[in-house]
Amino acid sequence: MEYIIEMLNITKEFPGIIANDDITLQLRKGEIHALLGENGAGKSTLMSVLFGMYQPEKGIIKKNGKEVKLKDPNDANNLGIGMVHQHFKLVHNFTVLQNIILGVETTKNGFLKMDDAREKVVAISKQYGLMVNPDALIEDITVGMQQRVEILKMLYRENEILIFDEPTAVLTPQEIDELMKIMKDLAEEGKSILFITHKLNEIKQAADRCTVLRKGKYIGTIDVKTTSKEEMSEMMVGRKVDFTTDKKPATPGETVLQVRDLTVAAKGHGNKAVKNVSFDVKRGEIVCIAGIDGNGQSELVYALTGLVGIDNGKISINDKNITNLNVRQRNVSGLAHIPEDRQKDGLILDYSMSQNLILKKYFTPQFENRGFIKFDEINEFSEDLVKKFDIRSGQGINTSIRSMSGGNQQKVIIAREIDVDPEILIAVQPTRGLDVGAIEYIHNQLISIRDEGKAILLISLELDEVMNISDRILVIYEGEIVANVKPEEVTIQELGLYMAGSKRSEVAV
Amino acid sequence: MKKAKDMVLGDGLNNAISSIFAVLIGLAFGFVILLITNPGEAVNGFIIILKGGFSTGGKGMGQVLYFATPLILTGLSVGFAFKTGLFNIGAAGQFIMGAFAAVYIGVKWTFLPAPLHWMAAILAAALIGGLWALIPGLMKAYLNVHEVISTIMMNYIGMYTANHLIKLTIYDSKKALSMNTAPSAVLPKGGLDYVFYNPLGIGKDLSTVNSGIWIAVILAVVMYIILNKTTFGYELKACGFNKYASKYAGINEKRNIVLSMVIAGALAGMGGALLYLSGANGRHIRVVDVLAMEGFNGIPVALLGLSNPIGIIFSAIFISYITQGGNYLQTLEFVPEIIDIIIACIIYFSAFSLAFRSIIPRIIRFSKNRSESAIKKDDNGGEE
Repeated sequence: MEYIIEMLNITKEFPGIIANDDITLQLRKGEIHALLGENGAGKSTLMSVLFGMYQPEKGIIKKNGKEVKLKDPNDANNLGIGMVHQHFKLVHNFTVLQNIILGVETTKNGFLKMDDAREKVVAISKQYGLMVNPDALIEDITVGMQQRVEILKMLYRENEILIFDEPTAVLTPQEIDELMKIMKDLAEEGKSILFITHKLNEIKQAADRCTVLRKGKYIGTIDVKTTSKEEMSEMMVGRKVDFTTDKKPATPGETVLQVRDLTVAAKGHGNKAVKNVSFDVKRGEIVCIAGIDGNGQSELVYALTGLVGIDNGKISINDKNITNLNVRQRNVSGLAHIPEDRQKDGLILDYSMSQNLILKKYFTPQFENRGFIKFDEINEFSEDLVKKFDIRSGQGINTSIRSMSGGNQQKVIIAREIDVDPEILIAVQPTRGLDVGAIEYIHNQLISIRDEGKAILLISLELDEVMNISDRILVIYEGEIVANVKPEEVTIQELGLYMAGSKRSEVAV
Repeated sequence: MKKAKDMVLGDGLNNAISSIFAVLIGLAFGFVILLITNPGEAVNGFIIILKGGFSTGGKGMGQVLYFATPLILTGLSVGFAFKTGLFNIGAAGQFIMGAFAAVYIGVKWTFLPAPLHWMAAILAAALIGGLWALIPGLMKAYLNVHEVISTIMMNYIGMYTANHLIKLTIYDSKKALSMNTAPSAVLPKGGLDYVFYNPLGIGKDLSTVNSGIWIAVILAVVMYIILNKTTFGYELKACGFNKYASKYAGINEKRNIVLSMVIAGALAGMGGALLYLSGANGRHIRVVDVLAMEGFNGIPVALLGLSNPIGIIFSAIFISYITQGGNYLQTLEFVPEIIDIIIACIIYFSAFSLAFRSIIPRIIRFSKNRSESAIKKDDNGGEE
């Protein structure tokens, strides 16, 4: 079997880290080849090398058996390599057609010849069954449609090698199924596909072969049909992984967080991001708000935590009305918050680990004496949390938080927020960007504080996470709660329909 | 704990070394300019600059400290604001308004006895300086007007207002200067008259240095303690580093922006008081339409001192020392304008080469972060 692209013995170093260590990847013509690995395994670096964005220190790239040099993405494009980035590269106030031809416009005497381009786009979308309206504005179409536009962009440029970087992260289960079908069709038409992911189900569903990376090293290339998911995950993580989280059934107590008719304005325009939302979270349960990114989750959390003002509604903790309290007063009333963007909202990167650990407590008598900081108490307290939460760092509690890994940064936030002994913990995508080990750890922490009788509101985009650790699921769609279900009474497909807005149930509080 | 102390000390030493390194680059640059402007006298001129305040013995050193005093205060003003995430370009306006308030009280409030009189004058300078920074602070916190723009505007408003008010109230039209303050408003010598003088026959040729330098040093120590040892300083710096996380932690970041600016303004205002409450032999406010240099020199002082209050004491003394050295250059064939250029080059090049040095680790960190995030991007969320 001949290979269309071969990356042989690629080594790419960054200061202090070897991102790719002697990695070989061989892509056959017409196959779907998955690239599997945890966070930081080096998948994106390898693809950036293939796309001409990084130059490897060692190793060669061959196309159809001939060695090629890629100095920038234009070279990649000339070789027929195209990529759908995880975050789409589209101009939002341009039409679909304008986006597709951007950069390769056909012109005559300096004037655009849109008609030719339109014909070609329509022909391609017919050929591959990628139906889009060429005159729709990008900002008006769904994320799934936007992804099709990205795919059309590659096809319009007559790329033969298509790279998909985590294409399913932003899609509903139904859209994922569709994408898998599109990818298979493309492979059938002779395109070769590289599919970057860490989701084993999708690999099983679509890929022919799979190359596994771990910590920058090449682990192996396997045939997907003959390899089980467990074997693949063991290759990826380096040890056996328990996919299901051990968890006793919840025993909800009295209501802690009560939200009634909450309406929040969207930033920048008149629409409401959150519309008349009402729900309760009780002691000893994990309530999860599921939904596709951008359906009002962030605004809801900001409103609950006091970071933005609300238009209407009432929020209370343990029957105490907190609607008009400021952030500090809410925190003191028993609200803890693991924010969505840990580096922007959750940490002060120029401060040390211990200075970050006291961020919610520095003003209490425990650490303050007549305006002066009690350094000894802070050190003792920080050492204690480091031990309790197993936070790893280079120089102990004085390590600059900036230099710590994402997982350990998140542990610092979790330690801080759990330590304030909250009534209600709001955790927003707490496992985002973390590796499997850290995810396991965080899930176990959330469950154990639930068992201690805390109320937890979890906002998550990962359906596996939603199904695994929540006791009750609220689905949010365009700022409204459209379902209130138990994970054992609902399938992922059904959740997907709710998330896409094509199904809704009357939600009674 | 001991480890932590060692680390801080190590950091402090590193910072001091990089500051000294920057000064050397600045001096080398100054020498080049000397060579260009007057090759024949360049070496002699350079030696005079290096001898600085020492050129005229004890009195000269006293003058170095006298002129360093307002620089310490304006440097603290800029440095403190900078530590809390604000760029106070308005030290010149705050300085001159504070100076006016101090001299006004020094001239008019003769009913006060000696220590109370100059204390009241300093306090008034702090108040007016603080008020002058309150306006940009409020505009920044509540209207999101950038403080660089508003403080520059306040500089000009302050300069013209001070000139006008001086002419109305405390103007000595024969000398085109502000009037002499009452003796009770002059800062005491604080023991410095025993050290900084030149013997003059049977008498002493005294330097104008006075206890203002002590006050400046004490204020620097106080600022150091506020920034590093108090929860107030912890909050202020947190707001400077990351206002989103500060808001998330429940810190009132708007209040802190206003407070930071007011404190910075009060410091610059006191700088004006300490310079001009120095008796008949000391400085008087010149009524000219030029922004106070002490205000702008606060910026290189703060940069060279890495915004560390203790470092600022030394960088202010260095800049004052070089400036004094420049004054003695006139004994050679150097035109005053050229001297100003040379000295300004040394000062600013020192500060900027240092700024550049502190940028390098950031660039390294940035590119490292980028490469790290490139690897991290793998996962579902990615960063950003």
